[in-house]
Amino acid sequence: MSLISILLIFFFYISTLIFISGLSYKIIQYWNTPAPLKIPIAPSALDKKGVLLRYFREIFLFASLFKANKWTWLFGWSFHLALVLLFFRHLVYFWPGEVPLILYKTEPFKYAAYPLIFGLLGLLGRRLFVDRVRYISAPSDFLMLIVFIFIASTGMIMTFANNHPNLLIVKNFASGLITFNWSELPGEIIFLLHIFPVFCLIAIFPISKLLHAPGIFFSPTLNQVDNARKKRHLSDWASKKEDDLK
Amino acid sequence: MSTDNQIKLPTYVETPSIRRDSMAGDGPFKASVEIQNNLGFPGEKVDNWQEVAINKMAETKSKYKSVQVFLDSCMKCGACTDKCHYFLGTADPKNMPVARQDLFRSVYRRHFTFAGKYFPRLVGAKDLDEEMLDDWYNYFHQCSQCRRCAVFCPSGIDTAEISMAAREVMNVIGVGQKYTNQILGKVKKIGNNLGMPEPALKDTLLDLEEEIKDDTGVDVKLPIDIENSEVLMVSPSADFFAEPHIDGLIGYAKVFHESGVSWTLSSYASEAANFGMFIGNYDVMREGALRIRKAALDLNVKRVIIGECGHAWRVAYSFWNTLSGIGGGAEDDYALRLQDQLDSNYPQPQHMIEFTYDLIKNNKLTFEKSNNDHRVVTFHDSCNVARGSNMGNIENGQFILPREVIKAACNNFIDMPKNTIKSATFCCGGGGGLLTDDLIDLRIKGAKPRMHALRKSEKESGVNTLAAICAICKSQFSKVLPNYDFDPYMVVSVHQLVSDAIVLQHKLKQKD
Repeated sequence: MSLISILLIFFFYISTLIFISGLSYKIIQYWNTPAPLKIPIAPSALDKKGVLLRYFREIFLFASLFKANKWTWLFGWSFHLALVLLFFRHLVYFWPGEVPLILYKTEPFKYAAYPLIFGLLGLLGRRLFVDRVRYISAPSDFLMLIVFIFIASTGMIMTFANNHPNLLIVKNFASGLITFNWSELPGEIIFLLHIFPVFCLIAIFPISKLLHAPGIFFSPTLNQVDNARKKRHLSDWASKKEDDLK
Repeated sequence: MSTDNQIKLPTYVETPSIRRDSMAGDGPFKASVEIQNNLGFPGEKVDNWQEVAINKMAETKSKYKSVQVFLDSCMKCGACTDKCHYFLGTADPKNMPVARQDLFRSVYRRHFTFAGKYFPRLVGAKDLDEEMLDDWYNYFHQCSQCRRCAVFCPSGIDTAEISMAAREVMNVIGVGQKYTNQILGKVKKIGNNLGMPEPALKDTLLDLEEEIKDDTGVDVKLPIDIENSEVLMVSPSADFFAEPHIDGLIGYAKVFHESGVSWTLSSYASEAANFGMFIGNYDVMREGALRIRKAALDLNVKRVIIGECGHAWRVAYSFWNTLSGIGGGAEDDYALRLQDQLDSNYPQPQHMIEFTYDLIKNNKLTFEKSNNDHRVVTFHDSCNVARGSNMGNIENGQFILPREVIKAACNNFIDMPKNTIKSATFCCGGGGGLLTDDLIDLRIKGAKPRMHALRKSEKESGVNTLAAICAICKSQFSKVLPNYDFDPYMVVSVHQLVSDAIVLQHKLKQKD
């Protein structure tokens, strides 16, 4: 096996390890950190069903962002939706052995690359040209978008410009990563350019703003039921203050 | 600020281009050694302040899920950047909610994250140095913790939580704000924000009873410290003292009178507002709540009702059950000691608006609505009521109930433009511990979006009365309205509208 294949396979496992351990660490941290006070934000949910509905609206429709700014919503929502579709589209490569028929049906999802790049360019445009957004952007915020754009572009060049590497080699390589049955990387440099930054993103997930993905589920403003008068809400450290009064 | 050099400001609002450092400065007056020590904080900036501050940050984020999660999960999308009234009014980019958070977040990144420790430039991580601390003090005192930004944040990030955390860290290193901390000292010592002692309070209530008698010929009482009353009424101390608040208090008294429900104020717990929230200090906030608990227990009341006060209502509605067990549904002995005493047929605590609303719905009150016919009324949703509480335990009740009460007492009610009311309401510009003259410039500028909406309603619908249910809103508006060419007396309590229209006939009913 070529050195470059070995290095890339190695890097995949390293980044996956960082991803899993880092993300677990953050999720456990969020889980364990108490929320001593009830701080749901309006329009708040009066019961658990309301909280679920709220999350549905936020996660699938980006409802708050829609209220906030239609352009950012349009760019952000198309980007994220495309990302989900493309994730399913890519499963076909990683699926070991016989691929279920349903995964082949995701073929048209490849066109999600267009809304993906549209959204990304829009978000980048906002960062560059809206003075408020430019002010709050750190170099890493630009870099993140550029990396995504790079991944999207290389993917599109392979898919839509007749540069597709041999699919069997791609599948053997990708599913080999899952089954520990490693095989050679496709020879095309464009494939390498596509997959390397993806592994980088996996690695930096738990140490970057990508943490907004798990973070939203732990936002007390969103996940709390607005029932403070009906039910006493007490965290561990706060209840200790009452020990001498009991 | 004297009336002759008032700056008249335009009332249109558009999202301004950023003007760096337009609100740079030293921030509000700092608390004296005595004020700080009184709350258990160091009197002056401690020598190893950086170390103490970083340790306090670590502690805070380990105790508050909000702080930990919010520091991590901002993706800098910019949704909040044009939502803050202080940004809209000042154009200072550090008044954009995300940029305000970033003052705190950049230090968090530098000290607590891998990326910030090793690649600070890349991720915008910064050290906590003198300059940063100055920015903290200045800009975390340009946040009224109104939470408007949080309504629009796709991650639910609430800048108020960060602003409270930052103020807590500053207090712990000995850098406190005079206004808020001085007031907290008064509550601690005397029981109310104004520092009004018991005899003065009792005198005021007697005067008010006389005033009502002169006006209406009816003996409406304002009882204080009466044991075994049905209701303990806790209102902001401004209600005892200042216009237009005091007319609201008269309104509560008339409603209680008509309801036939016995009620009392407390001289021990004569303050509903809880400034402990502003400085993000759980213990100080709890101490305030415990005064109310003690008063409720000592007076052996069945219900606790809160007057018109925005921050008070958020603390009472959302936090009291946690802080001091004033609420329902507890299972522990400490909270049950009080909750067994309280009448579980009613939500505990209740807002005065809920009390009045219930009476209206049950046809227990009679109004002569034409008494308010000279008014075209609009309602300012106070931020803490709008975004941090509920009324009536129905969805959006905190928006519905006050409006229904106003409409029961007035013929002419018009809402301000949709994007400036209810959950998107603009802060008055004086909340969160900023209602002090040393911040008057900020307060005037921060009121701009609300003034813009008001002007629009004035022009289109002839609105001439601005009703509010928050002591801070009322004081702030009275002060800044002239700067926008409005009559300062157009601000009223909702219960003043009730008071002006209510027909007192309780005695007649008793004879039936």
